Amino acid sequence: MPANSFNGFTELGVGIGLRVPHYQHILSEKPVVDWFEIISENYMIDGGRPLHVLDQILEHYRVVQHGVSMYFGSAEPANREHLKKLKALVKRTNTPWLTDHLCWGSVDGRYSHDLLPMPYTFEAARHTAQKIREVRDFLEVPIAVENVSSYAEFHVSEMTEWEFLTEVVELADCGILLDVNNIYVSSRNHSFNPLDYVNGVSAERVAQIHIAGHSKFEKYILDTHDHPVINPVWKLYARAIELAGPTATLLEWDDRIPSFEEVHSEALKANQFIAETAVAS
Amino acid sequence: MNLVELQHRMFETILQPLTAGEQMQACSRDGRPMHEVAAEFIKPNDRLSSFERLEIYNRQYWFRVLGALDEDFPGLRTIIGQRRFEAMCKAYLADRPSESFTLRNLGARLEPWLRSHPEWTQPRTALALDMVRLEWAEIEVFDGAAEPVLTPQDALASDPDPQFNLQPYLQLLRLRYPVDDLLIAIRQDGSGSAMASNAVSERHKRTRVRKVARQKPQSVFLAVHRIDDSVYFKRLEPEAFKFLNALREGKDLSSAVGCAFAGSSVSESELLSILQDWFKNWSTLGWFCEPRPANQ
Repeated sequence: MPANSFNGFTELGVGIGLRVPHYQHILSEKPVVDWFEIISENYMIDGGRPLHVLDQILEHYRVVQHGVSMYFGSAEPANREHLKKLKALVKRTNTPWLTDHLCWGSVDGRYSHDLLPMPYTFEAARHTAQKIREVRDFLEVPIAVENVSSYAEFHVSEMTEWEFLTEVVELADCGILLDVNNIYVSSRNHSFNPLDYVNGVSAERVAQIHIAGHSKFEKYILDTHDHPVINPVWKLYARAIELAGPTATLLEWDDRIPSFEEVHSEALKANQFIAETAVAS
Repeated sequence: MNLVELQHRMFETILQPLTAGEQMQACSRDGRPMHEVAAEFIKPNDRLSSFERLEIYNRQYWFRVLGALDEDFPGLRTIIGQRRFEAMCKAYLADRPSESFTLRNLGARLEPWLRSHPEWTQPRTALALDMVRLEWAEIEVFDGAAEPVLTPQDALASDPDPQFNLQPYLQLLRLRYPVDDLLIAIRQDGSGSAMASNAVSERHKRTRVRKVARQKPQSVFLAVHRIDDSVYFKRLEPEAFKFLNALREGKDLSSAVGCAFAGSSVSESELLSILQDWFKNWSTLGWFCEPRPANQ
């Protein structure tokens, strides 16, 4: 079940995030890449170089949009101007599905520019699911929500994070962007077994998978996207595709970005796990 | 605690400025001990207290927004100094937290805010305000809208006294200081400094301070524009600046000429020659465009 209604029945293979330091290489060398993920907000603008580059990329590659500021979990309604700009970009890219985070980040029209963790309550799940439905109906494109890395837990939580994720996606009838690095980071910060998380989500709803690196501090792990993927995260990835089947996979590398070749070869390591899963099944 | 209450409480805490040592404040805005506030809604774990877990988000917020302003306004930072710039940014963001989904717009309200808070820019307020206007204009020009280019011949073919539309991205700035040169010099000093030794870095810093100190008032009429997706500065003659502003206001060609050369002793033949030069130059730069569609 690699492709499903939550990813527009599209299985794209292994991609990487489109980042500014790689623009020139990609445009001049046109390397073979299954697909690129763009940060929607970087292209929700009126003109200039970012859109010019994006249009050139779109001529040669499939592009999927990934957002960082929809804040499905914020108690306030979605920003209509934001949605209009996002819809214009959706039309431009023809993204087969659209992803953003299962988090909150704004209050009363003020923005934190961070991916803040949800309280895992039924009230929050109902509210978040309703907002996802509204956004999907407006944008007219399948939506998948991504689990975030977190550094805090709330007293009011009534369930585990993966139970909350399942509750939200079932109520919203949307897909999951399963970030196995975020699962690993949160598992270390909150002392749970990351395999319980991967085993606990609705595999049939997994539209896309994120892999990435992170940074370890003395008392916690931070999701920094500035390192290669570590083995425990690859093991989670292997388990995820064992359950969900070969799924569109993307490597995120956002800070201290190395050469295009280095990022791409790191991403392509995913193929080995996909092949092993195919043989095993 | 319901979703709205939890988000309000956490958000207000996260937006509270850090201490000088970049830690979370010991007390919340209402004077309560922060460890009590944090413990009310955040669980501790075996390694971190509720306070420490909340502090991660508090610090991430400030590092992110201060980093964005630091990147967007290197000229202002040089004029008022690094430490004052950081303090100013904290005060600005505390007063005007982001109301946009994108960090790109974080500095959108900085110039008007600085006008009402001259304590952050004195005694170089005029210089600092000019620099902020220029740096914000650069951001706007970089990703501003562009319409299909129109040649003067195209416009004149349909109307002998046409309105000329200027590209939406084009910004026209009247400045009291030559901050265009200063910003370029600051950038040149800054380039490569990441690899420089401390001695080289200190020398660059002293050079920048001297450059700022040497700045003398000088009227500059500036176009901030875009060629092949890169932003450029182009100085204009005062008449050209007035002419372009008149076109931007929607005046037709003859009215714009009247605005630009009011009280001037320029002869008709000289005027024709000047206009021809301007139009040739600005057309080459792609500054004229078709009118924006009515629905935009």
